[in-house]
Amino acid sequence: MRRRVAIVGAGMTLFRRRMLETPKELSFEASKMALDAAGLTLKDIQSVVSGSAPDAFDGVHMKGEYYLDGMGAIGKPHERVYVGGGTGVFTPIGGWWNVASGMYDTCLCVAEEKMSPLHPHPQYAFWSIFDQILERPLGTTLLWIFSLEMRRYMHKYGIKEEEIAEVAVKNKGNAVDHPCAQLGANITVDDVMRSEPICEPVKRLDVSPPSDGAAAVILASEKVAKKLTDQPVWLDGVGWTLDSTHWTNRDLAYPEYVEKAAKMAYKMAGIKNPRKEIDVAEPYDPFDYKELHHLEGLQLAGKGEAAKMTVDGVTQRDGDLPVCPSGGLLGVGNPIAAAGMMKICEIFWQLRGEAGKRQVKKDARTGLAQAWGDLMQVGTVTVMRS
Amino acid sequence: MSQKITSYQGREITPDDVKQGKYLDIVYRFEPKYSWAAGVAISRFLTELKDGKIVARKCHKCERILVPPRMYCEQCYRPTDEWVQVKDTGTVNTFSISHVGTDARRLKTPILVAVVDIDGASPGMGILHNLGEVEPSKISVGMKVQAVWKRPEERQGAITDIRYFKPMES
Repeated sequence: MRRRVAIVGAGMTLFRRRMLETPKELSFEASKMALDAAGLTLKDIQSVVSGSAPDAFDGVHMKGEYYLDGMGAIGKPHERVYVGGGTGVFTPIGGWWNVASGMYDTCLCVAEEKMSPLHPHPQYAFWSIFDQILERPLGTTLLWIFSLEMRRYMHKYGIKEEEIAEVAVKNKGNAVDHPCAQLGANITVDDVMRSEPICEPVKRLDVSPPSDGAAAVILASEKVAKKLTDQPVWLDGVGWTLDSTHWTNRDLAYPEYVEKAAKMAYKMAGIKNPRKEIDVAEPYDPFDYKELHHLEGLQLAGKGEAAKMTVDGVTQRDGDLPVCPSGGLLGVGNPIAAAGMMKICEIFWQLRGEAGKRQVKKDARTGLAQAWGDLMQVGTVTVMRS
Repeated sequence: MSQKITSYQGREITPDDVKQGKYLDIVYRFEPKYSWAAGVAISRFLTELKDGKIVARKCHKCERILVPPRMYCEQCYRPTDEWVQVKDTGTVNTFSISHVGTDARRLKTPILVAVVDIDGASPGMGILHNLGEVEPSKISVGMKVQAVWKRPEERQGAITDIRYFKPMES
Protein backbone atom coordinates (compact mmCIF):
# COMPACT_ATOMS: atom_id res chain seq x y z
CA MET A 1 0.00 0.00 0.00
CA ARG A 2 1.48 3.33 -1.14
CA ARG A 3 1.73 6.03 1.54
CA ARG A 4 1.16 9.73 0.97
CA VAL A 5 4.37 11.79 1.04
CA ALA A 6 4.76 15.46 1.97
CA ILE A 7 7.47 18.07 1.58
CA VAL A 8 7.92 19.81 4.94
CA GLY A 9 10.94 22.05 4.40
CA ALA A 10 13.15 23.48 1.65
CA GLY A 11 16.44 25.33 1.38
CA MET A 12 18.98 26.49 -1.17
CA THR A 13 22.23 28.40 -1.51
CA LEU A 14 23.05 31.29 -3.79
CA PHE A 15 23.56 30.24 -7.42
CA ARG A 16 26.70 31.78 -8.92
CA ARG A 17 29.13 31.14 -11.78
CA ARG A 18 31.85 30.25 -9.29
CA MET A 19 31.54 29.68 -5.55
CA LEU A 20 34.16 29.38 -2.85
CA GLU A 21 32.32 26.54 -1.08
CA THR A 22 33.13 22.92 -1.92
CA PRO A 23 30.35 20.53 -2.99
CA LYS A 24 30.23 19.28 0.62
CA GLU A 25 29.91 22.82 2.01
CA LEU A 26 27.21 23.79 -0.47
CA SER A 27 25.30 20.61 0.37
CA PHE A 28 25.56 21.33 4.07
CA GLU A 29 24.21 24.88 3.71
CA ALA A 30 21.19 23.85 1.64
CA SER A 31 20.42 20.82 3.83
CA LYS A 32 20.75 22.76 7.08
CA MET A 33 18.39 25.43 5.77
CA ALA A 34 15.81 22.76 4.79
CA LEU A 35 16.12 21.07 8.21
CA ASP A 36 15.71 24.40 10.02
CA ALA A 37 12.70 25.25 7.89
CA ALA A 38 11.11 21.90 8.80
CA GLY A 39 11.99 22.30 12.48
CA LEU A 40 14.10 19.13 12.40
CA THR A 41 17.66 18.13 13.17
CA LEU A 42 19.73 15.51 11.39
CA LYS A 43 18.85 12.99 14.13
CA ASP A 44 15.26 13.08 12.88
CA ILE A 45 16.29 12.08 9.34
CA GLN A 46 16.11 8.38 8.52
CA SER A 47 17.44 8.29 4.96
CA VAL A 48 19.18 10.55 2.44
CA VAL A 49 18.83 10.72 -1.35
CA SER A 50 21.30 12.86 -3.27
CA GLY A 51 21.58 14.05 -6.83
CA SER A 52 24.46 15.47 -8.81
CA ALA A 53 25.13 15.47 -12.56
CA PRO A 54 28.30 14.35 -14.38
CA ASP A 55 31.35 13.52 -12.25
CA ALA A 56 33.32 15.09 -15.10
CA PHE A 57 32.56 18.62 -13.84
CA ASP A 58 34.32 17.98 -10.54
CA GLY A 59 36.93 15.51 -11.73
CA VAL A 60 35.92 13.54 -8.64
CA HIS A 61 34.89 9.97 -9.27
CA MET A 62 32.40 8.44 -6.79
CA LYS A 63 31.12 11.94 -6.10
CA GLY A 64 28.18 10.51 -4.13
CA GLU A 65 30.60 9.04 -1.62
CA TYR A 66 32.78 12.16 -1.61
CA TYR A 67 30.04 14.64 -0.69
CA LEU A 68 27.84 12.51 1.55
CA ASP A 69 29.03 13.92 4.89
CA GLY A 70 27.99 17.39 3.71
CA MET A 71 24.61 15.89 2.96
CA GLY A 72 24.18 14.50 6.44
CA ALA A 73 24.31 10.94 5.14
CA ILE A 74 26.99 9.33 7.34
CA GLY A 75 25.72 6.06 8.76
CA LYS A 76 22.36 6.41 7.07
CA PRO A 77 20.86 4.65 4.06
CA HIS A 78 22.03 6.92 1.22
CA GLU A 79 21.59 6.63 -2.50
CA ARG A 80 22.68 8.91 -5.32
CA VAL A 81 20.31 9.05 -8.26
CA TYR A 82 21.32 10.20 -11.73
CA VAL A 83 19.54 10.97 -14.99
CA GLY A 84 21.65 13.85 -16.35
CA GLY A 85 19.82 17.19 -16.32
CA GLY A 86 16.71 15.38 -15.10
CA THR A 87 18.49 14.57 -11.83
CA GLY A 88 17.24 17.53 -9.77
CA VAL A 89 13.60 16.48 -10.05
CA PHE A 90 14.54 12.79 -9.94
CA THR A 91 16.15 13.28 -6.50
CA PRO A 92 12.87 13.90 -4.62
CA ILE A 93 11.32 11.12 -6.73
CA GLY A 94 14.00 8.86 -5.23
CA GLY A 95 13.08 10.22 -1.80
CA TRP A 96 9.42 9.53 -2.56
CA TRP A 97 10.23 5.80 -3.03
CA ASN A 98 11.89 5.82 0.39
CA VAL A 99 8.83 7.25 2.15
CA ALA A 100 5.89 6.05 0.00
CA SER A 101 7.17 2.48 0.29
CA GLY A 102 6.93 2.59 4.07
CA MET A 103 10.68 2.10 4.50
CA TYR A 104 11.25 5.50 6.18
CA ASP A 105 9.20 8.32 7.69
CA THR A 106 11.69 11.09 6.91
CA CYS A 107 14.09 11.57 4.00
CA LEU A 108 16.48 14.40 3.23
CA CYS A 109 16.80 15.04 -0.53
CA VAL A 110 19.79 17.14 -1.61
CA ALA A 111 20.97 18.16 -5.08
CA GLU A 112 24.36 19.76 -5.56
CA GLU A 113 26.40 20.92 -8.51
CA LYS A 114 29.72 22.66 -8.99
CA MET A 115 30.36 23.16 -12.68
CA SER A 116 33.13 25.70 -12.20
CA PRO A 117 36.12 23.38 -11.57
CA LEU A 118 36.32 22.28 -15.22
CA HIS A 119 38.45 24.44 -17.53
CA PRO A 120 38.42 26.12 -19.92
CA HIS A 121 34.62 25.78 -19.76
CA PRO A 122 32.14 23.35 -18.14
CA GLN A 123 30.67 22.72 -21.62
CA TYR A 124 33.68 20.54 -22.27
CA ALA A 125 32.33 17.79 -19.99
CA PHE A 126 29.34 17.34 -22.26
CA TRP A 127 31.52 16.23 -25.13
CA SER A 128 31.64 12.82 -23.45
CA ILE A 129 27.87 12.27 -23.50
CA PHE A 130 27.89 11.87 -27.29
CA ASP A 131 28.46 8.53 -29.01
CA GLN A 132 32.19 7.96 -28.90
CA ILE A 133 32.41 6.22 -32.29
CA LEU A 134 29.90 8.02 -34.51
CA GLU A 135 29.47 11.51 -33.04
CA ARG A 136 32.47 12.74 -31.05
CA PRO A 137 34.85 12.63 -34.07
CA LEU A 138 32.65 15.36 -35.63
CA GLY A 139 33.70 17.89 -32.95
CA THR A 140 30.47 17.86 -30.96
CA THR A 141 29.39 20.36 -28.34
CA LEU A 142 26.25 20.05 -26.23
CA LEU A 143 24.89 23.22 -27.81
CA TRP A 144 24.45 21.31 -31.06
CA ILE A 145 21.61 19.15 -29.81
CA PHE A 146 19.78 22.22 -28.52
CA SER A 147 20.25 24.27 -31.64
CA LEU A 148 19.21 21.32 -33.82
CA GLU A 149 16.16 20.65 -31.68
CA MET A 150 15.21 24.34 -31.53
CA ARG A 151 15.42 24.59 -35.35
CA ARG A 152 13.26 21.49 -35.83
CA TYR A 153 10.69 22.77 -33.34
CA MET A 154 10.54 26.18 -35.04
CA HIS A 155 10.30 24.57 -38.48
CA LYS A 156 7.53 22.12 -37.61
CA TYR A 157 5.23 24.65 -35.97
CA GLY A 158 6.27 27.85 -37.74
CA ILE A 159 7.54 29.51 -34.55
CA LYS A 160 9.72 32.62 -34.71
CA GLU A 161 12.91 33.29 -32.74
CA GLU A 162 11.31 36.48 -31.40
CA GLU A 163 8.46 34.48 -29.86
CA ILE A 164 10.91 32.10 -28.22
CA ALA A 165 12.91 35.07 -26.88
CA GLU A 166 9.85 36.10 -24.84
CA VAL A 167 10.62 33.18 -22.52
CA ALA A 168 14.12 34.50 -21.78
CA VAL A 169 12.71 37.98 -21.16
CA LYS A 170 10.06 36.64 -18.76
CA ASN A 171 12.33 34.29 -16.81
CA LYS A 172 15.27 36.67 -16.41
CA GLY A 173 12.75 39.31 -15.35
CA ASN A 174 11.17 36.97 -12.77
CA ALA A 175 14.62 36.17 -11.40
CA VAL A 176 15.13 39.82 -10.41
CA ASP A 177 12.89 38.96 -7.43
CA HIS A 178 14.83 35.80 -6.48
CA PRO A 179 17.43 36.45 -3.77
CA CYS A 180 19.62 33.55 -4.94
CA ALA A 181 19.55 34.43 -8.65
CA GLN A 182 22.66 34.68 -10.78
CA LEU A 183 21.23 36.35 -13.88
CA GLY A 184 18.10 38.27 -12.97
CA ALA A 185 17.71 41.16 -15.43
CA ASN A 186 15.15 43.27 -17.19
CA ILE A 187 15.88 42.69 -20.85
CA THR A 188 13.93 42.96 -24.10
CA VAL A 189 13.24 40.64 -27.02
CA ASP A 190 15.55 42.90 -29.00
CA ASP A 191 18.39 42.26 -26.53
CA VAL A 192 17.97 38.52 -27.03
CA MET A 193 17.80 38.83 -30.81
CA ARG A 194 20.92 40.99 -30.92
CA SER A 195 22.95 38.84 -28.53
CA GLU A 196 25.90 36.94 -29.95
CA PRO A 197 25.00 33.86 -32.04
CA ILE A 198 26.53 30.74 -30.47
CA CYS A 199 25.03 27.82 -32.37
CA GLU A 200 22.44 29.31 -34.67
CA PRO A 201 19.55 29.63 -34.05
CA VAL A 202 20.73 29.67 -30.40
CA LYS A 203 22.05 33.04 -29.22
CA ARG A 204 23.80 34.00 -26.00
CA LEU A 205 20.65 35.17 -24.20
CA ASP A 206 18.66 32.06 -25.19
CA VAL A 207 20.89 30.01 -22.86
CA SER A 208 21.14 29.50 -19.10
CA PRO A 209 24.58 29.99 -17.52
CA PRO A 210 26.92 27.43 -15.94
CA SER A 211 26.58 27.71 -12.15
CA ASP A 212 27.53 26.39 -8.73
CA GLY A 213 24.89 25.81 -6.05
CA ALA A 214 22.81 23.40 -3.98
CA ALA A 215 19.17 22.95 -2.99
CA ALA A 216 17.37 20.55 -0.65
CA VAL A 217 13.94 19.43 0.58
CA ILE A 218 12.78 17.25 3.47
CA LEU A 219 10.17 14.58 2.78
CA ALA A 220 7.97 13.06 5.48
CA SER A 221 5.23 10.47 5.75
CA GLU A 222 1.68 11.75 6.29
CA LYS A 223 1.71 10.97 10.02
CA VAL A 224 5.00 12.78 10.64
CA ALA A 225 4.21 15.67 8.27
CA LYS A 226 0.96 16.48 10.06
CA LYS A 227 2.80 16.67 13.39
CA LEU A 228 5.44 18.99 11.93
CA THR A 229 3.39 21.53 10.02
CA ASP A 230 -0.06 22.85 9.22
CA GLN A 231 1.12 23.43 5.66
CA PRO A 232 2.53 20.23 4.23
CA VAL A 233 2.92 20.22 0.45
CA TRP A 234 1.94 16.80 -0.84
CA LEU A 235 4.05 15.05 -3.44
CA ASP A 236 0.99 13.46 -5.03
CA GLY A 237 2.33 12.38 -8.40
CA VAL A 238 5.74 11.33 -9.71
CA GLY A 239 6.72 10.19 -13.18
CA TRP A 240 9.88 9.56 -15.13
CA THR A 241 10.79 7.87 -18.41
CA LEU A 242 13.78 7.70 -20.70
CA ASP A 243 14.20 7.21 -24.43
CA SER A 244 17.31 5.69 -26.07
CA THR A 245 20.48 7.64 -26.90
CA HIS A 246 19.57 7.33 -30.62
CA TRP A 247 18.51 10.96 -30.55
CA THR A 248 18.98 11.46 -34.30
CA ASN A 249 16.25 8.84 -34.87
CA ARG A 250 13.71 10.77 -32.83
CA ASP A 251 11.04 13.43 -33.52
CA LEU A 252 12.97 16.42 -32.22
CA ALA A 253 9.93 18.71 -32.39
CA TYR A 254 8.08 16.95 -29.57
CA PRO A 255 9.42 15.36 -26.34
CA GLU A 256 7.39 12.17 -26.17
CA TYR A 257 9.38 10.94 -23.14
CA VAL A 258 8.22 14.04 -21.22
CA GLU A 259 4.61 13.28 -22.20
CA LYS A 260 4.97 9.74 -20.87
CA ALA A 261 6.52 10.92 -17.60
CA ALA A 262 3.81 13.56 -17.19
CA LYS A 263 1.00 11.10 -17.83
CA MET A 264 2.46 8.77 -15.22
CA ALA A 265 2.54 11.60 -12.65
CA TYR A 266 -0.94 12.88 -13.59
CA LYS A 267 -2.46 9.41 -13.29
CA MET A 268 -0.95 8.98 -9.83
CA ALA A 269 -2.18 12.41 -8.73
CA GLY A 270 -5.64 11.88 -10.26
CA ILE A 271 -5.24 14.78 -12.69
CA LYS A 272 -7.56 14.49 -15.69
CA ASN A 273 -7.16 17.91 -17.33
CA PRO A 274 -3.67 19.25 -16.61
CA ARG A 275 -4.20 22.63 -18.27
CA LYS A 276 -7.16 23.32 -15.95
CA GLU A 277 -5.88 21.61 -12.82
CA ILE A 278 -2.22 22.76 -12.67
CA ASP A 279 -2.10 26.27 -11.18
CA VAL A 280 1.63 26.96 -11.43
CA ALA A 281 4.43 25.17 -13.30
CA GLU A 282 8.21 25.05 -13.26
CA PRO A 283 9.17 23.21 -16.48
CA TYR A 284 12.87 22.81 -17.26
CA ASP A 285 14.25 25.85 -19.11
CA PRO A 286 18.00 25.48 -19.78
CA PHE A 287 17.20 27.20 -23.11
CA ASP A 288 14.20 29.45 -23.72
CA TYR A 289 12.63 27.20 -26.38
CA LYS A 290 12.86 24.25 -23.96
CA GLU A 291 10.23 25.82 -21.71
CA LEU A 292 7.82 25.82 -24.67
CA HIS A 293 8.81 22.32 -25.76
CA HIS A 294 8.22 21.04 -22.24
CA LEU A 295 4.90 22.85 -21.71
CA GLU A 296 3.69 20.95 -24.77
CA GLY A 297 5.11 17.61 -23.61
CA LEU A 298 3.49 18.20 -20.22
CA GLN A 299 0.09 18.68 -21.93
CA LEU A 300 -0.06 22.23 -20.54
CA ALA A 301 -0.13 23.61 -24.09
CA GLY A 302 -1.21 22.09 -27.39
CA LYS A 303 1.53 21.07 -29.84
CA GLY A 304 3.12 24.22 -31.26
CA GLU A 305 0.91 26.47 -29.10
CA ALA A 306 3.15 27.29 -26.14
CA ALA A 307 4.80 30.22 -27.93
CA LYS A 308 1.47 31.98 -28.46
CA MET A 309 0.54 31.34 -24.84
CA THR A 310 3.78 33.05 -23.81
CA VAL A 311 3.34 36.01 -26.15
CA ASP A 312 -0.23 36.42 -24.85
CA GLY A 313 1.05 36.68 -21.26
CA VAL A 314 -0.68 33.51 -20.01
CA THR A 315 2.58 32.29 -18.45
CA GLN A 316 3.41 35.51 -16.56
CA ARG A 317 3.21 35.50 -12.76
CA ASP A 318 -0.17 37.21 -12.95
CA GLY A 319 -1.33 35.05 -15.87
CA ASP A 320 -3.70 32.11 -15.93
CA LEU A 321 -0.84 29.57 -15.90
CA PRO A 322 2.26 31.12 -14.30
CA VAL A 323 5.36 29.36 -15.63
CA CYS A 324 8.80 29.57 -14.00
CA PRO A 325 7.83 32.27 -11.47
CA SER A 326 11.22 31.59 -9.84
CA GLY A 327 13.06 32.90 -12.87
CA GLY A 328 13.99 29.39 -13.96
CA LEU A 329 17.38 28.22 -15.07
CA LEU A 330 17.61 31.17 -17.46
CA GLY A 331 17.41 33.63 -14.57
CA VAL A 332 18.23 31.90 -11.27
CA GLY A 333 21.02 29.86 -12.83
CA ASN A 334 21.74 26.30 -13.87
CA PRO A 335 23.83 24.25 -11.43
CA ILE A 336 22.41 21.17 -13.17
CA ALA A 337 20.98 18.91 -10.43
CA ALA A 338 20.50 21.81 -8.00
CA ALA A 339 18.56 23.72 -10.67
CA GLY A 340 15.92 20.99 -10.90
CA MET A 341 15.67 20.89 -7.11
CA MET A 342 15.34 24.70 -7.07
CA LYS A 343 12.13 24.18 -9.07
CA ILE A 344 10.82 21.76 -6.43
CA CYS A 345 11.64 24.37 -3.75
CA GLU A 346 9.87 27.11 -5.74
CA ILE A 347 6.65 25.11 -6.10
CA PHE A 348 6.82 24.28 -2.36
CA TRP A 349 7.11 28.00 -1.51
CA GLN A 350 4.45 29.01 -4.04
CA LEU A 351 1.93 26.49 -2.71
CA ARG A 352 2.56 27.67 0.86
CA GLY A 353 2.19 31.31 -0.13
CA GLU A 354 5.76 31.99 0.98
CA ALA A 355 7.25 33.16 -2.29
CA GLY A 356 7.18 36.84 -1.37
CA LYS A 357 7.66 39.11 -4.38
CA ARG A 358 7.57 36.06 -6.63
CA GLN A 359 4.19 34.86 -5.36
CA VAL A 360 1.84 34.17 -8.27
CA LYS A 361 -1.38 36.14 -8.39
CA LYS A 362 -3.80 33.25 -8.56
CA ASP A 363 -4.59 31.07 -5.58
CA ALA A 364 -2.21 28.22 -6.40
CA ARG A 365 -3.19 24.84 -4.93
CA THR A 366 -1.59 22.44 -7.41
CA GLY A 367 1.86 22.83 -8.92
CA LEU A 368 4.24 20.95 -11.18
CA ALA A 369 8.01 20.74 -11.48
CA GLN A 370 9.79 19.02 -14.36
CA ALA A 371 13.35 18.42 -15.46
CA TRP A 372 14.90 16.98 -18.58
CA GLY A 373 18.29 15.69 -19.56
CA ASP A 374 20.96 13.63 -21.29
CA LEU A 375 20.73 13.17 -25.07
CA MET A 376 17.19 14.51 -25.52
CA GLN A 377 15.87 11.48 -23.69
CA VAL A 378 14.84 12.02 -20.05
CA GLY A 379 11.67 13.40 -18.49
CA THR A 380 11.19 13.68 -14.72
CA VAL A 381 7.92 15.13 -13.38
CA THR A 382 6.37 15.79 -9.97
CA VAL A 383 2.88 17.04 -9.13
CA MET A 384 2.50 18.80 -5.77
CA ARG A 385 -0.57 19.97 -3.82
CA SER A 386 -1.10 22.21 -0.83
CA MET B 1 13.44 31.48 -1.48
CA SER B 2 10.86 31.52 1.26
CA GLN B 3 10.08 34.95 2.66
CA LYS B 4 10.52 33.31 6.06
CA ILE B 5 14.20 32.83 5.32
CA THR B 6 16.17 36.04 5.58
CA SER B 7 19.74 35.09 4.79
CA TYR B 8 21.21 32.93 2.08
CA GLN B 9 24.49 31.11 2.25
CA GLY B 10 27.20 31.12 -0.40
CA ARG B 11 30.33 33.12 -1.17
CA GLU B 12 30.87 34.09 -4.75
CA ILE B 13 34.28 34.06 -6.38
CA THR B 14 34.07 36.95 -8.83
CA PRO B 15 35.87 37.16 -12.20
CA ASP B 16 38.15 39.77 -10.58
CA ASP B 17 39.01 37.36 -7.77
CA VAL B 18 39.98 34.83 -10.45
CA LYS B 19 42.12 37.34 -12.35
CA GLN B 20 43.90 38.47 -9.24
CA GLY B 21 44.35 34.93 -7.95
CA LYS B 22 42.40 35.79 -4.82
CA TYR B 23 41.32 32.25 -4.05
CA LEU B 24 43.24 29.12 -3.25
CA ASP B 25 42.95 26.16 -5.57
CA ILE B 26 44.80 23.14 -6.85
CA VAL B 27 45.10 22.65 -10.62
CA TYR B 28 45.35 19.20 -12.14
CA ARG B 29 45.26 17.94 -15.70
CA PHE B 30 43.69 14.50 -16.17
CA GLU B 31 44.89 12.88 -19.38
CA PRO B 32 43.48 9.38 -19.69
CA LYS B 33 43.50 7.51 -23.00
CA TYR B 34 40.72 5.16 -24.03
CA SER B 35 40.39 2.54 -26.75
CA TRP B 36 36.73 1.94 -27.51
CA ALA B 37 35.89 -1.27 -29.37
CA ALA B 38 33.34 -0.27 -31.99
CA GLY B 39 31.04 -3.22 -31.29
CA VAL B 40 29.44 -5.80 -33.58
CA ALA B 41 27.02 -3.55 -35.49
CA ILE B 42 29.16 -0.44 -35.77
CA SER B 43 32.32 -2.33 -36.76
CA ARG B 44 30.47 -3.56 -39.86
CA PHE B 45 29.04 -0.06 -40.43
CA LEU B 46 32.53 1.48 -40.30
CA THR B 47 34.01 -1.24 -42.52
CA GLU B 48 31.36 -0.50 -45.14
CA LEU B 49 32.03 3.25 -44.86
CA LYS B 50 35.60 2.47 -45.84
CA ASP B 51 34.15 0.97 -49.03
CA GLY B 52 32.03 4.05 -49.63
CA LYS B 53 28.73 2.46 -48.54
CA ILE B 54 26.24 3.16 -45.78
CA VAL B 55 24.59 0.05 -44.31
CA ALA B 56 21.63 -0.44 -42.01
CA ARG B 57 20.05 -3.33 -40.08
CA LYS B 58 16.49 -4.41 -40.75
CA CYS B 59 14.08 -5.80 -38.17
CA HIS B 60 11.63 -8.22 -39.79
CA LYS B 61 9.08 -7.77 -37.04
CA CYS B 62 8.56 -3.98 -37.14
CA GLU B 63 10.03 -3.74 -40.67
CA ARG B 64 12.15 -0.77 -39.64
CA ILE B 65 15.48 -0.19 -41.39
CA LEU B 66 17.78 1.16 -38.69
CA VAL B 67 20.60 3.68 -39.09
CA PRO B 68 22.88 3.73 -37.18
CA PRO B 69 22.60 -0.07 -37.34
CA ARG B 70 22.11 -2.15 -34.20
CA MET B 71 22.16 -5.90 -33.71
CA TYR B 72 18.95 -5.77 -31.69
CA CYS B 73 15.71 -3.88 -32.26
CA GLU B 74 15.14 -1.78 -29.17
CA GLN B 75 11.39 -1.61 -29.82
CA CYS B 76 10.67 -5.28 -30.57
CA TYR B 77 13.49 -6.34 -28.24
CA ARG B 78 14.71 -9.12 -30.49
CA PRO B 79 17.77 -9.56 -32.72
CA THR B 80 17.62 -7.64 -35.99
CA ASP B 81 17.61 -9.83 -39.08
CA GLU B 82 19.67 -8.58 -42.01
CA TRP B 83 22.11 -6.04 -43.38
CA VAL B 84 20.68 -3.65 -45.96
CA GLN B 85 22.61 -1.14 -48.02
CA VAL B 86 20.99 2.29 -47.94
CA LYS B 87 21.83 5.34 -50.03
CA ASP B 88 24.48 7.94 -49.37
CA THR B 89 21.91 10.67 -49.91
CA GLY B 90 19.34 12.11 -47.57
CA THR B 91 17.28 15.03 -46.33
CA VAL B 92 18.25 17.73 -43.85
CA ASN B 93 15.97 17.12 -40.84
CA THR B 94 17.44 20.07 -38.97
CA PHE B 95 20.69 22.05 -38.98
CA SER B 96 22.77 24.51 -37.01
CA ILE B 97 25.60 26.94 -37.64
CA SER B 98 28.00 26.39 -34.77
CA HIS B 99 30.33 29.23 -33.80
CA VAL B 100 31.87 27.33 -30.89
CA GLY B 101 33.98 24.19 -30.60
CA THR B 102 33.92 21.29 -28.18
CA ASP B 103 35.37 23.31 -25.29
CA ALA B 104 33.02 26.28 -25.97
CA ARG B 105 35.82 28.39 -27.47
CA ARG B 106 34.87 30.60 -30.39
CA LEU B 107 35.71 29.18 -33.84
CA LYS B 108 37.12 31.31 -36.66
CA THR B 109 35.07 29.43 -39.25
CA PRO B 110 31.69 28.11 -38.11
CA ILE B 111 30.95 24.37 -38.33
CA LEU B 112 27.80 23.48 -40.25
CA VAL B 113 26.05 20.61 -38.55
CA ALA B 114 22.89 18.69 -39.39
CA VAL B 115 20.77 15.66 -38.70
CA VAL B 116 20.48 13.99 -42.10
CA ASP B 117 17.65 11.48 -42.62
CA ILE B 118 19.21 8.78 -44.78
CA ASP B 119 17.43 7.69 -47.98
CA GLY B 120 16.50 4.01 -48.00
CA ALA B 121 16.24 3.81 -44.21
CA SER B 122 12.93 4.12 -42.34
CA PRO B 123 11.49 7.65 -42.08
CA GLY B 124 13.21 9.75 -39.43
CA MET B 125 16.35 7.57 -39.29
CA GLY B 126 18.90 10.33 -39.20
CA ILE B 127 22.58 10.59 -38.41
CA LEU B 128 24.57 13.53 -37.12
CA HIS B 129 27.04 14.93 -39.64
CA ASN B 130 28.51 18.08 -41.08
CA LEU B 131 27.43 20.02 -44.15
CA GLY B 132 29.83 21.51 -46.70
CA GLU B 133 30.05 23.22 -50.10
CA VAL B 134 27.09 25.40 -49.13
CA GLU B 135 26.59 28.97 -47.93
CA PRO B 136 25.15 28.89 -44.40
CA SER B 137 22.32 31.18 -45.50
CA LYS B 138 21.34 28.73 -48.25
CA ILE B 139 20.77 25.74 -45.95
CA SER B 140 17.17 24.77 -45.26
CA VAL B 141 15.22 22.03 -43.51
CA GLY B 142 14.08 19.53 -46.15
CA MET B 143 17.09 20.17 -48.42
CA LYS B 144 18.30 17.08 -50.30
CA VAL B 145 21.96 16.30 -49.65
CA GLN B 146 24.56 13.73 -50.68
CA ALA B 147 27.67 12.41 -48.99
CA VAL B 148 31.07 13.70 -50.05
CA TRP B 149 33.52 10.86 -49.40
CA LYS B 150 37.21 10.97 -48.68
CA ARG B 151 39.35 9.37 -51.36
CA PRO B 152 39.43 5.55 -50.86
CA GLU B 153 43.10 5.56 -49.80
CA GLU B 154 42.37 8.18 -47.13
CA ARG B 155 39.48 6.30 -45.51
CA GLN B 156 40.05 4.78 -42.10
CA GLY B 157 36.80 3.06 -41.22
CA ALA B 158 35.44 6.09 -39.34
CA ILE B 159 32.39 8.34 -39.51
CA THR B 160 34.74 10.97 -40.91
CA ASP B 161 35.27 8.82 -44.05
CA ILE B 162 32.30 10.91 -45.14
CA ARG B 163 33.80 14.42 -45.18
CA TYR B 164 30.39 16.07 -45.08
CA PHE B 165 27.06 16.17 -46.92
CA LYS B 166 26.56 18.72 -49.69
CA PRO B 167 23.43 19.92 -51.49
CA MET B 168 22.36 17.54 -54.25
CA GLU B 169 22.61 18.84 -57.77
CA SER B 170 19.14 18.88 -59.24
